[in-house]
Amino acid sequence: MATVPHLEFERDMVELQEQIQKLLQLAEKKGINVSSELAELRGKLESLREETYRNLEPIDQVQVARHPRRPYSLDYVERVFTDWMELHGDRAFRDDAAIVGGWARLRGQPVMVIGHQKGRDMKENIHRNFGMPHPEGYRKALRLMRMAEKFRRPVVTFIDTPGAYPGLGAEKRGQAEAIAMNLREMARLRVPLVSVVIGEGGSGGALALGVTDRILMLEHSVYSVISPEGCAAILWRSAEHRGKAAKALKLTTSDLHRLGVCDEVIPEPAGGAHADWDRTAASLGDTLARHLGELSELSADDRRKARWAKYEAMGAWLESPLASGSPS
Amino acid sequence: MSWFRKPKKPLTSEDRRDLPSDVFSKCEGCGEILYREKLSQNDHVCPKCGYHFRIGADLYIRLLSDEGSFHETESELRSADPLEFTDLKPYRDRLRAAETKSGRGDAVVTGRATVEGIGVALGVMDFSFIGGSMGSVVGEKIARLGRLALEEERPLILVSASGGARMMEGIYSLMQMAKTSAVLARLHEAGLPFISILTHPTTGGVTASFAMLGDVNLAEPGALIGFAGPRVIEETIKQELPDDFQTAEFLLEHGMVDRVVDRRVLRDEVAVLLRHLFVHDGAGFTG
Ligand SMILES: [Zn+2]
Repeated sequence: MATVPHLEFERDMVELQEQIQKLLQLAEKKGINVSSELAELRGKLESLREETYRNLEPIDQVQVARHPRRPYSLDYVERVFTDWMELHGDRAFRDDAAIVGGWARLRGQPVMVIGHQKGRDMKENIHRNFGMPHPEGYRKALRLMRMAEKFRRPVVTFIDTPGAYPGLGAEKRGQAEAIAMNLREMARLRVPLVSVVIGEGGSGGALALGVTDRILMLEHSVYSVISPEGCAAILWRSAEHRGKAAKALKLTTSDLHRLGVCDEVIPEPAGGAHADWDRTAASLGDTLARHLGELSELSADDRRKARWAKYEAMGAWLESPLASGSPS
Repeated sequence: MSWFRKPKKPLTSEDRRDLPSDVFSKCEGCGEILYREKLSQNDHVCPKCGYHFRIGADLYIRLLSDEGSFHETESELRSADPLEFTDLKPYRDRLRAAETKSGRGDAVVTGRATVEGIGVALGVMDFSFIGGSMGSVVGEKIARLGRLALEEERPLILVSASGGARMMEGIYSLMQMAKTSAVLARLHEAGLPFISILTHPTTGGVTASFAMLGDVNLAEPGALIGFAGPRVIEETIKQELPDDFQTAEFLLEHGMVDRVVDRRVLRDEVAVLLRHLFVHDGAGFTG
């Protein structure tokens, strides 16, 4: 039987789904009533799904964040906004399809929307470089943010990337400079900025769209300085230890909220965003609108001061070697 | 983090046996055997081929600032190990070992200094402390140095040497990129100069934040400078990299640094720049 793409920990759910399928076929063939058995199986599946998604290990969260059927930036653009008009290019080298950006309306109000964009199949992934931008992608994003600044419209960014692309052309054209410039310039913008981590928040390549007044995260998204595989390969000397690395890195939304990096976690339906795109998009839209509303109440000066204070407070250190335990 | 670069001509055990390393050093650039004392008088630059030996933070401070003018700030800050991170060994143990080995609390030294009489805020990274990686303490010390520069209207000079983010501090290490860049945003708006000096090696999150944001970026000859480490790139593109890839000279050619500067004239160049950017002495054209 053809099954939907699924993750390791979803196997029991897929089995239950197959049982339901078989039961339905049987009922049709033999003309018997299976409604009570069916209800029981469906109930079982529902509670298994809830149970599983409530107790995901960090490495499972990473898998959900990378799920091939998880909604991407343009899927949210379609469901959360109206009047989308994509704009292209960095005006210097080329258009990078790993980042999309353009004008749209949220609850009727014009906003600039920018996001990493992964591909749904191999052909699109090659076009979009698996959502891994080159410098020109970040420079396009900065050009669009400056346009938003000029016309005094807020900026919404969607973060979903394994990381900035590590390649020859990327290094030649200044990947590091492009990311660094976005960090500095996003800190300077006077318009409201909100970022939403919708899937994978992969290191500097994610942060380059993420210096914002508010950092929101979908429940099963992750945000990390390095992939668990990369971290395990360096510190445990083998990528096989990615489970341990995922746990140690504290990359889940509950950890990041506790650490003060994530301002609000947007709940996903049971079974994750990929189980119900529309419902996920609806709660994302509501949360986004609320935060933009709050930010619009502030003056540009106050917003920037608060943004600087937010980032300048990030981290944990001891004021002296003798200080015992309590981080500032 | 890519901490190590494959040496062009690795020392064989035979070489090592022949070299009493406290008296002689072998040049990695040309293979010449050099008297250590002569080398140190030459700012640790090979007199024959110009190869720049790696030097520590103390030597950079001595090289750049007027004698006795450096006064350290924030030397007490220490990592809080916010994630209680343990891989094959606890991060706490790594921190303790690094402090014992390097004699400092983390991977950057900051302070006030003068360069040919001009007061500056100076920060120098130390690669020997966990590969010069940037965690909360490095980010915080640089942020405080930036604020000091703002308050006292001093130019900022940062000397980088780093393998990137301190992954044992997880998301906080990533956020130091944003923190340091946000302080630089304020410095930028205040019209204060920031001179970034990139030394061997500067990669990852340090390059992708403050190190690339200088009004003027200076690089040391031969230094490895990049976003991704060479090994990561080779694994991604499945081909070997050209020899000069990600060297200071490569970055100069591709427009990413303003100048490649020999260490022996670095201080002079910095002083000239500071006078161009910062010192207004009465008469003359103004902008
Ligand atoms: Zn030499």
